[in-house]
Amino acid sequence: MPESVIQRRPVSPAPFRAGDVRVATGREVRAELRRQIASLEARLGRLFVSAFPREGIEWRVGALGGPRMLDVEELERVRDALAFRLREAEAELARRGAVEEANRGLLEEIITAPEQHPWIRVSNEDIGEPGCRHWHSRPRWGLLGMILGWWRVKLSSGCPLAWGRGGGAASRPNQSSCRARLAE
Amino acid sequence: MRASTEGGWVAPALREEFPGLALRHLTVEATFGRSPRDVRDRLAQLSNRFSGPQAINLRQQAIPWAYRVFFRHIGLDPDEQPTPVEALALERMKHGGFPSRSRLDDALTIAVIESGVALRAFDADCLAGTPGIRATDPGEGLEGRPGELPAGTLVLADPERPVGLLFGATAEGRGVHRRTRRAVVCAIQVNGVPDIAAEEAVWLVAEVLRGVD
Repeated sequence: MPESVIQRRPVSPAPFRAGDVRVATGREVRAELRRQIASLEARLGRLFVSAFPREGIEWRVGALGGPRMLDVEELERVRDALAFRLREAEAELARRGAVEEANRGLLEEIITAPEQHPWIRVSNEDIGEPGCRHWHSRPRWGLLGMILGWWRVKLSSGCPLAWGRGGGAASRPNQSSCRARLAE
Repeated sequence: MRASTEGGWVAPALREEFPGLALRHLTVEATFGRSPRDVRDRLAQLSNRFSGPQAINLRQQAIPWAYRVFFRHIGLDPDEQPTPVEALALERMKHGGFPSRSRLDDALTIAVIESGVALRAFDADCLAGTPGIRATDPGEGLEGRPGELPAGTLVLADPERPVGLLFGATAEGRGVHRRTRRAVVCAIQVNGVPDIAAEEAVWLVAEVLRGVD
C-alpha cells in the first residue's frame, strides 16, 4: 500500500496504571545480568576462534575475587568489561582484517608482476592464515636475473618438519624470518 | 553393571541463585599407584586425538562454554584461572601430551577431557558425610591455608567443614594421597551441563580405575 494512502491516526498513549509496572526483584536483575554475560561470553568465544591464529589480542577481562555470589553491581561490572573487551577485540580484528586484505591484494600483484615488487616477501601470517608458508619475489639466477629483470615468485614449502633427536634450538625455524611486516 | 552416582547437596540460596548447579558423586576404590599400560596407552591416544584445533574450539563447545560462563558469574576470569578442561588442554599444549601421574589422576584427566565436566576427588575416609556446595560463613577457613576465607566464598564442603574451594584448592588432608583407600569422585555440574554428561564423567573415572574399557 502506498504510503500516501495510509491513514495516519493519532495514537493516544495507554493510560498509565500503577499496577502495570512491576519492579524487578534483585534476583531477577541478577538472572538477567547473568543471561547477558552468557551471551557476551558466547560472542567472545566465537570471536576468539575466528581470530585464530592471530596473536597479541587481549582477551582477559579480570577476576572479581571469586568464587562467590556476585551482587548486581559486580555483575554489571563483569558485563560491561566483557562488552568492552568484545568491542576492542572486534575493532582490532577489523583493523587487522583490513591490513590482511591489503596484503592479499599485494600478493596477487606480486604473483602477477614480480619484477614490480622486487624482494618483497609475504607470509601466511601477513594474510591471516595459519602456517609458515611465504611468497618471495626473487630474481632467477641471482645477480644475472636481477640485472636482466628475470623475476619470479618463490613459494616456500611451509613449516619445517618436526625436529629430529639432535635438533636443538639452532635447528628450529626462525620465526622472525617468516614475518614480513608489509603493513608497516 | 555401573554403580549409580549420588546427588550431593547444594545450599538453598545457591540453588535458587544458580539453577543447574549440582554435585554428583561416587565412592570408588582408589588405587594410587602407577597407571597400568592400558591406561597410559589410553592417555597417549587421547593426547594424539586432542591437538591445537580442539583446544582452540573448546570454548565454542556447549559444556566447556557453560563452565566459562559460570566462572564469569562467580567472579573468576577463565582466561586467568582456566576451567578444568581448559587447564588440561593448556597442559597438553605445553607438554605435548597428557603426562601420566597416577592411576587416579590419569582417570580424572581422561574423564575431564572426554566429557568436559569438572571433576574433583577427595579421600572418602576424610569426609564427614555427603559432600555439597555452599557459601562460607564468617570466620571459616580452609585447612592448610592461613587466615579466614572471605564470607560467602563458594566451597565444596562436607557437613562439618569446607573441604575445598569450588574450582580451587583442596583443604589439607582432604584430598587423595598415597594412603587413600576409597576416593569420592565429585562432578561439579553447572547450568548447561546435562545430567548424563556429569554421570558419564564420574562413571568414566570409576571404569578407568576398575580397568574396564
